[in-house]
Amino acid sequence: MSDAAHAHDDHSHGHPTGIMRWLTTTNHKDIGSMYLWFALIMLFAAGSMALLIRAELFQPGMQLTNPDFFNQLTTMHGLIMIFGVIMPAFSGFANWQVPLMLGAPDMAFPRMNNWAFWLLPVAGLMLMASFLLPGGAVAGGWTMYPPLFIQGGISYDLTILAVHIMGLSSIMGSINIATTILNMRAPGLTLMKMPLFVWTWLITAYLLIATMPVLAGAVTMLLTDRNFGTHFFNAAGGGDPVMFQHIFWFFAHPEVYILILPAFGIVSQIIPTFARKPLFGYASMVYATASIAILSFIVWAHHMFTVGMPVTAQLFFMFSTMLIAIPTGVKVFNWVATMWRGSMTFETPMLFAIAFVCLFTIGGFSGLVLAIAPVDIQLHDTYYVVAHFHYVLVSGALFSIFAGIYYWLPKWTGHMYNETLGKWHFWLSVIGMNIVFFPMHFLGLAGMPRRIPDYALQFTEYNQIATVGAFIFGFSQLIFLAVILKSIRGGAKATDKVWEGAEGLEWTVPSPAPYHTFETAPVVK
Amino acid sequence: MKKMWQRAGMMGAALATSQAALADWAYNLQPPASKVAQDVMDLHNLIMLVCLGIFIVVFGAMFWSLLKHRKSVGHKAAHFHENTTIEIIWTVIPFVILVGMAYPAAKVVIDMKDTSNPDLTIKVTGYQWKWGYDYLNEDVSFYSTLSTPREQIENKQPKGEHYLLEVDEPMVVPVGKRVRLLITANDVLHAWWVPAFGAKQDAIPGFIRDIWFKADKIGTFRGQCVELCGKDHGFMPIVVEVVSDEDYAAWVAKKKGPVVAAATTGEASQSAEIAAEQVDAAAEAAAPAAQ
Repeated sequence: MSDAAHAHDDHSHGHPTGIMRWLTTTNHKDIGSMYLWFALIMLFAAGSMALLIRAELFQPGMQLTNPDFFNQLTTMHGLIMIFGVIMPAFSGFANWQVPLMLGAPDMAFPRMNNWAFWLLPVAGLMLMASFLLPGGAVAGGWTMYPPLFIQGGISYDLTILAVHIMGLSSIMGSINIATTILNMRAPGLTLMKMPLFVWTWLITAYLLIATMPVLAGAVTMLLTDRNFGTHFFNAAGGGDPVMFQHIFWFFAHPEVYILILPAFGIVSQIIPTFARKPLFGYASMVYATASIAILSFIVWAHHMFTVGMPVTAQLFFMFSTMLIAIPTGVKVFNWVATMWRGSMTFETPMLFAIAFVCLFTIGGFSGLVLAIAPVDIQLHDTYYVVAHFHYVLVSGALFSIFAGIYYWLPKWTGHMYNETLGKWHFWLSVIGMNIVFFPMHFLGLAGMPRRIPDYALQFTEYNQIATVGAFIFGFSQLIFLAVILKSIRGGAKATDKVWEGAEGLEWTVPSPAPYHTFETAPVVK
Repeated sequence: MKKMWQRAGMMGAALATSQAALADWAYNLQPPASKVAQDVMDLHNLIMLVCLGIFIVVFGAMFWSLLKHRKSVGHKAAHFHENTTIEIIWTVIPFVILVGMAYPAAKVVIDMKDTSNPDLTIKVTGYQWKWGYDYLNEDVSFYSTLSTPREQIENKQPKGEHYLLEVDEPMVVPVGKRVRLLITANDVLHAWWVPAFGAKQDAIPGFIRDIWFKADKIGTFRGQCVELCGKDHGFMPIVVEVVSDEDYAAWVAKKKGPVVAAATTGEASQSAEIAAEQVDAAAEAAAPAAQ
């Protein structure tokens, strides 16, 4: 990205400059950067939708939107955050870091890598443009349940297409990542010596390959029910709306682990660095991650505890869901044990990593509450669920992304980021995030349903608090943008190792990392 | 820019002077009005205790470490990085805790799913955007629609106490009787829920799924639709009035009454005729028919 790296290879193979460089690049660093920029732009887009939602919910009554547009906002906020922010950001980290961590010169399939990325802006544009279509954007929830989803207008079909495209992108990216990890490790780098971030992405890649086709099947059935006279989800034709839920959640539960496993990996790189102590229980961390991935396939119906399943099914899914708490808990204990008796410093990546451990654990507690089926009967489709998944996705996945950016930006740009601004971003984000989402636990317990644009009077106070927090959290992300831009443009020169406690092959190359690295494989002892 | 400050100022003023909304800082489930709701509340309290315990242990260790094991106070890093014994311990102990929670939870699941031996059966149908109630034993049917005036929603009138939680025709049930609900939908998915009873069930078009509740106190209990069903999903509440046996019988008679009167004035519609036949057995039939 910097001029020095650029000049190096101009004469090696005369690659294009300007727009054509970015359109045709097969370089994992370029593609990684594009994924990350795309994710950041989508973060502001979907974040603005969230602010509009919270502004409407500031007081009872309809002030800013009408109910249908409100449903469009909530649906698109969810779809874009999941498919346009979190997943592309983690793909960006995979692209930048996996080859560097393995001592490989690039990904296994560099051209497919390019195409996997460029599918995303096309899909993103489709989603954003759908607001302007007749009938507006999709308004049936990101979960797309029929028969409601069958009722919608043309944007529903366009959204299905966008979901297919994003799924293709993920599958191609995953094939690339898995093949790279299994085949291109430097000599001496056995599987059980790989950085944990690589392990978590290897497992995530398998989850994606297994589940994305299931989503594709589910949304294709929606498409044919909508347009071609099928009745998969229509009882009048012999179908069943609940079958969609089974198929969808069979994809979507592993999907939530897809959204968090790379986060576990990032945090597992950062904490040992700033504790100056090796990760505690490396082997257990690998097995725990694999267990979580395998178990994730047998818990899906805990999203459906109120559909009216037979009692045996209710019990099975409750027990299997409770079981998944164990490997997750083991990981939390291992992070704490890594910190224990270390020699910690608290630069911004470590701050976000510690906040991740604390706040993701709180999200885990509310998840355990929801796992208990009788309690879930009271909490399903209320704000308690909204609180739970925002704790694990915002202070979980998103904070790990922030942590990873601060951690690796010096390696990518060659400049240390501004630590003061980083700390401002951290504290405002942590405080803001908790102000938004902690009261939502109480709202759910008190009986406020999800996906409603207006609410009964007793829910007012907590909603007002949440809205204030949302604006604090939302606007703080502008500090993050400033940090990134400033770091690209200048700042203190970063050394190769950057961080005193850093370990791994990526810290053996210069900062900024040259355009081509490890053209000769290093030997790992 | 000025508009933004004006808006912020208005928000601040609204926060400071929250009038109608008497501060409701509820932090737990609604007070139970059925044994099932009480069981669920007990389960939730148990889980919260377990979470509190884990929180204290884990966060305690973490915060201690953050304070004491930092470079700035001169702590030097140890080098250990595995310990199989402790890994086994902190896998087995959570497993035991989970089994301890699973057992009472399973009992409540089984209880909630047992819809046998009802005293009363009501068919509940979700529509876009209202509920329909059919008392199958009594041949009483009516819709239940939000009764909050549009002007309140559009901020042209001050909001009433039960804003968005009031209907024109509530469901009425007798206290202390086991009520079985057969729940379905007419168009898209809906879900019927009254938090105080701990009863929630998705309404699936083309299918009937049942739940039960037994209200153990007289009163008015409110809930909402809890499955996104389109634009007015937030505007189709549920109101259940739990009354004494006598009041229930009187209400049933009143609901059937107008149909019988219509039949005798010669304006009988098809449904009125059928209802009239059913009502033959009822006490009221004798008087109007004789007129």
